[in-house]
Amino acid sequence: MRLLLALPVVLPIVAAAVTTLLQRNRVAQRVVSSVAVSASLAVAIVLLFEVNDQGPVVSSVGGWVAPFGIVLVADMFSALILVVSLVTVLAVLVFSFGSKRNDEMWQFHPAFLVLTAGVSLAFLTGDLFNLFVAFEVSLVASYVLLTLGSRADQIRNGITYVVINMVISVFFLTAIAFVYATFGTVNFADLSQKMGSIAEPLRLSLALLFLVVFGAKAAMFPVFSWLPDSYPVVRAPIVAVFAGLLTKMGVYSLIRVQSTVFVGGGIGTVVLVLAGFTMVVGVLGAIAQNDVKRILSFHIVSQIGYMLIGLGLFTAAGLAASVMFMIHQIPVKTSLFLVTGVIEESTGTTALDRVGGLRKQLPLLALMFGLAAASIAGLPPFSGFIGKLSIVEAGFSAQSYVIIAVSLVVSLLTLFSMAKIWSGTFWGGFETARPHNGLLRSGHRTMMGSTMMLVAVTIAIAVFAGPIYVLCERAAADLIDPSRYIAAVMGK
Amino acid sequence: MNVLMASVVAILYGVGVYMILQRSLIRVVLGLSLLSHGANLLLLSSGGSAGIAAFIGRFTGEDTVADPVPQAFVLTAIVISFAMTAFCLALAYRSWRLTGDDDVMHDDEDARLAESTVPHGGRS
Repeated sequence: MRLLLALPVVLPIVAAAVTTLLQRNRVAQRVVSSVAVSASLAVAIVLLFEVNDQGPVVSSVGGWVAPFGIVLVADMFSALILVVSLVTVLAVLVFSFGSKRNDEMWQFHPAFLVLTAGVSLAFLTGDLFNLFVAFEVSLVASYVLLTLGSRADQIRNGITYVVINMVISVFFLTAIAFVYATFGTVNFADLSQKMGSIAEPLRLSLALLFLVVFGAKAAMFPVFSWLPDSYPVVRAPIVAVFAGLLTKMGVYSLIRVQSTVFVGGGIGTVVLVLAGFTMVVGVLGAIAQNDVKRILSFHIVSQIGYMLIGLGLFTAAGLAASVMFMIHQIPVKTSLFLVTGVIEESTGTTALDRVGGLRKQLPLLALMFGLAAASIAGLPPFSGFIGKLSIVEAGFSAQSYVIIAVSLVVSLLTLFSMAKIWSGTFWGGFETARPHNGLLRSGHRTMMGSTMMLVAVTIAIAVFAGPIYVLCERAAADLIDPSRYIAAVMGK
Repeated sequence: MNVLMASVVAILYGVGVYMILQRSLIRVVLGLSLLSHGANLLLLSSGGSAGIAAFIGRFTGEDTVADPVPQAFVLTAIVISFAMTAFCLALAYRSWRLTGDDDVMHDDEDARLAESTVPHGGRS
């Protein structure tokens, strides 16, 4: 059990080293990457079953027991998100095999695997400083992926992205310093136990500091502008994995820290107000855009708001809804960006006024986009509907009617902007002379295959929504009442 | 945390923020490294005041030793911020190769948006 917990982090890191050595041999790189990610996924699935059977699983790194050493913990929340993330990572990896442009650079595979390791570590760690390290590991990899190719627009937007993320990291370090000065520990479970011993204003200010840090990482309302600025210049498979995972790491950490460590309360209203603004501003930004990637980038911001509603309500139903929404959102958002990737590879652009009529040339792609877009807009019976329904139900039972009204209006506007992409790219005449002969390349099939796999995952989430929601409720129960988590980590 | 350390940290943060808001990339990079030095010092002083013996060798009961955990944190944080600064310098160098100056590049998209909105303003 002990080794198993470290594997989703260790395997990709080792594979990153191996793929660096194999830089001349593209095929070997691909084999190593896919084996490492598939094995991590298998381990994550085993972990999920294990956690379901016997509660949170803990492993002390290097044999140093908590609270002195670093612990890796998988509880229901982290195991669920880890499985969904690794499925998404695998789909994106397969997609990148078909996408010609990324494979021109050997650095893609090592950076992608380091990103995977960082994401896994962020979901599995039970230690605040280790969480900082996990963020840094995945951010460094994202800097490399963002600027791979070093074109002028990549450098320009890369600088914005790097500087903003470095400033947030400094904030994160500052917050950790304050926490350590206050409690003398950075272990989640230990902090949770000691949280009652300090004055309320101090607790509140620490909680707000972490809200700023993780809110900025998650592209929450006042600090979201870096995301729609930098994501559209990134190549499709890379932006797909950014969209699916990086902001969700922020949301995951926010939920983890506010529930397990700060044991809720105090900042719920602040979170709800910010969630409302995030949803509205994101969707209005999306409507104003005229490029598929830009529209989708603003949608990432908008959907972050939905995930925060559950945290703001801080009820068991609310948190379960947030977890459910994250599980739906990670594959759906990524599959939308993969569809965009196929459009980009086939026509060379994603500007709405320069593509059109793809419905006839790429009917299967149009179907994939239709399914994913209907899901993100929350149309029944797709997974987005189930995610939004659970949020609305949680809101009604907590009697927060305003945020529910806002979320429903935003849902309609989401549908509107998805329709805008649909009519701009799939309907209409051939605005592009012809799609490039890229359609005939064998890579096209690989890209379509992985996109279809991910869309199938989102449909499976809708079909098995009942059992998945039960798991989300268990995850939420452990988040609301962290006593099982604490007992598992502290060994009592 | 003593007053001297607190003021040093405050000054580093202040100067760092001022430098980040400059147009020149090299100043931004310097600002970032000043900011991370500030954070590192803050982290170091979260373990207690300076001047206590280091955590090495044997101890007999009553000795007070400095908390080694923040020192380990700082070591990690220094390595990370060093790597980040190196990456930022590489970015700044690439930007200089592309544009020939050290300023943050103009955003073409912004310029295009600004142009495209003027005729639709309906003010003419």
